Amino acid sequence: MYLRVDGAGKVFGVEPRNHDINKMKLCPKGVVAYQQINHPDRLVEPLVRDGRDGPLRPASWDEALERVVSEIRRIQDTYGRDAFGVYSGSSLFTEKAYLLGKFARVALRTKHIDYNGRLCMVSAAAANKKAFGVDRAANPWSDMYETQVLLIAGANVGECFPVMTQYVWGARDRGAKLVVVDPRETAIARTADIHVPLRPGTDAAFFNGLLHVIEREGLVDDAFVAERTTGWDDVRTAVRGYTPERVADICGIDARSVEQVALLWGRAERAMAFHARGIEHHVQGTENVLSVINLVLATGQLGRAGAGYGTITGQGNGQGGREHGQKSDQLPGQRDIDDPQARAYIAGVWGVDEADIPHKGTSAVEMVHQMARGEIKGLLGICNNPLVSMPDRDRIEAGYEALEFHVQIDFFLSETAARADVVLPGTVWAEDEGVQTNAEGRVVKHNKATEPPGEARTDWWIVCEIARRLGAGDKFAFGSPREIFEELRVASKGGHADYSGITYERIEETDGLFWPVPNEGHPGTPRLFEDLRSYWPDGRFRFHPVEWHEPAEPVDEEYPLRLTSGRTVAHYLSGNQTRRIGALVEQTPRPWVEVHPSLGFEDGDPVRVITRRGGVTYPALVTEAIRSDTVFVPYHWASPVAANLLTIDALDPISKIPEFKVCACRIELGESVDLVAPPPVPPGAEPELANEREIADPRSPTAPQGRGTSEG
Amino acid sequence: MMQRTMFIDPGRCIGCQACVAACRECDSHRGRSMIHLDYIDGPLTVASMPTVCMHCEDPVAPCAEVCPADAILVTADGVVQEASKERCIGCANCVHACPFGVPKIDYEEKLQYKCNLCYDRTSVGLAPMCASVCPTGSIFYGTLEELLLARPGAAATDIVVFGEQEVRTGVAIVTPVDAHLRSVPGGMA
Repeated sequence: MYLRVDGAGKVFGVEPRNHDINKMKLCPKGVVAYQQINHPDRLVEPLVRDGRDGPLRPASWDEALERVVSEIRRIQDTYGRDAFGVYSGSSLFTEKAYLLGKFARVALRTKHIDYNGRLCMVSAAAANKKAFGVDRAANPWSDMYETQVLLIAGANVGECFPVMTQYVWGARDRGAKLVVVDPRETAIARTADIHVPLRPGTDAAFFNGLLHVIEREGLVDDAFVAERTTGWDDVRTAVRGYTPERVADICGIDARSVEQVALLWGRAERAMAFHARGIEHHVQGTENVLSVINLVLATGQLGRAGAGYGTITGQGNGQGGREHGQKSDQLPGQRDIDDPQARAYIAGVWGVDEADIPHKGTSAVEMVHQMARGEIKGLLGICNNPLVSMPDRDRIEAGYEALEFHVQIDFFLSETAARADVVLPGTVWAEDEGVQTNAEGRVVKHNKATEPPGEARTDWWIVCEIARRLGAGDKFAFGSPREIFEELRVASKGGHADYSGITYERIEETDGLFWPVPNEGHPGTPRLFEDLRSYWPDGRFRFHPVEWHEPAEPVDEEYPLRLTSGRTVAHYLSGNQTRRIGALVEQTPRPWVEVHPSLGFEDGDPVRVITRRGGVTYPALVTEAIRSDTVFVPYHWASPVAANLLTIDALDPISKIPEFKVCACRIELGESVDLVAPPPVPPGAEPELANEREIADPRSPTAPQGRGTSEG
Repeated sequence: MMQRTMFIDPGRCIGCQACVAACRECDSHRGRSMIHLDYIDGPLTVASMPTVCMHCEDPVAPCAEVCPADAILVTADGVVQEASKERCIGCANCVHACPFGVPKIDYEEKLQYKCNLCYDRTSVGLAPMCASVCPTGSIFYGTLEELLLARPGAAATDIVVFGEQEVRTGVAIVTPVDAHLRSVPGGMA
């Protein structure tokens, strides 16, 4: 999109842009995103706290940064370098994501850095690497227009990626059949050719069942399997036990739908599968993804227009943010941090000894649990709000409360920043330039529209300044995002996510380049695997047998229902950016619990949702668009109405993603709904009265997408 | 028949309200959305649909016909304008006359407000804000030929039937491909 800027340099509006990806389309959050820029809640000066019980007060940059640096030194000198951690995020431009990884390994020399993609895309990333040897969507989205069967699993596209809907509808306009796998009848499931409303936590059984039927019917692409893959025999054996009848029993669906979907997919010449958090947010998340990939591989649906596979990103830079080294096990270019060759190459780029680069650290949720145990004593946080977004929220808070020092960089005072010892004011997307990589693996660029307000400074300047004050200034002498990008190009060279042929100018000329782009003459790689070779040394794609198992917390007599959490269209992630924007608050002022009519509640009833972690009372949204054994709560709001007061922090042993999508609960009629707390604001700022009025309204919305406009 | 206009396709709507947010950005009425976005099947489904002014052609704009203050202008290109602030008396005749429930009255200002097809944009060749951003094509702006190019096999009508009464509208409605309908029913059976 374009931003409208007045003569004084102030952004005042938006104009849709006909970019090759979104083709002018925006979601409601995108339309109003510019309103963040001059928002009265913006952090415009550094804040520090004198003692744990004191309030945050304004401070100079010098005072705030000196405090940060002296605390880093004290903690690392006293407890060791790994006692200070960095927790970052995937909504950052890729330059900043790269910089954070380098900052942790070079300036802090701590192994403890991880990012909020750990709550988002790591199951997909882990499974992609296992099967393909590379972590990227296989096809450009325009391939959807040429497919015959579009299978979308665990993705509420209409609410979580509205601009993708045009591709889904575009595929159907051209004759594709749409299959949606989701416990809820979402906006795209509503009119799908087949909607499979399975129980949360049973995805792997369903996909094994599809492969069972495909194998039984002789629809396996034997030539592709024999010549291009390894491991089929184990998978074939594994899926034999997943008869449609057994799958129907596990998943709580009709056995005929297993047959129908399997035949539709198996007989298609060109089919594409997409998935998102619905199948990934599980202790079996990586395996769920592998069970989808097994289906793709067994039928040879790769490397052609209309035949392929992709995972749907959850943040603007969900792909780029996980490629260049802010992940606990990774160096730039999707390199493995424990790979000696990768370490030697990156050490050369950074001008450090290979031995000085720390090894693999721990994952985000594990880091917070280490904070609670006193293993991590200090934390720099940026681009995240774990007091809203992490599971079993009270345990997360205990981790943060055990810290000796916590600095958070943000542009609004998030619930997490509000409890920090130092808060440093950063920039919003419009106040800086940088690249992002979209769900297709296409690198695009944001341009700068305006200057940051007050004393807010761009995040990369803040990080470089801390590094300089720590004595690592020579490694962080960056004067612009372009200079960081130029180093990133070199660092990524030869890695899978090779950006070395990408320049800012080439992105402007092309509407984005698909990596790998190994040199400046290279046109980019819109579609992977056209040569039917994986990124593994032997060039073969790898099958992985998957056995379905129960979620970490199966239902029982005491907790007989399944609680699943997710998003709503008016809000984004932890809501720090959207719970402050009037139009979005008006559309969806508060969370609710979605329940099936058979559970006996009326619309708006105060319904208490109780799990082993806690209980919250929400207004009921009674709808037939959800299974009767499942309830849904959206997660964007803070305590006391946070869905994550209820969720379980069980982690996938491979990807370490939390099981946000299923835990056991019971519900009962409560006394009155718990009220929404307004988002924190910096000292001196007043909360917006109109928003306060909206969030005081205890009613549920009229639909999962919000209130209708005639309902006030 | 249909010129360059809006085509409304309720079947594609995902209820995201990008149109509502975008409508507030239109310079002729910044901060206030003229789109009605209704979740129409409450406890049964998540179905939704947007309603914009249909810019009635025949009979010509019932809202304008009943306006006692002659406040509602129909421009030569068939766009039914919002009631002129200088003339509108806030009587709500137009609200009662409209077969689609489009105009609303702001009772504090005692003024009518309604969609004017983003006249500040469409009169200079830009698409309306809502149609520009609608991520599903539920609100499409263009010619019928452009619509069919984007959606092979689609069909559209500009006649809505309310019992005995037919209304021909400036804004068209996309109909199910296999329905072979010339018009869509708008009123109670």
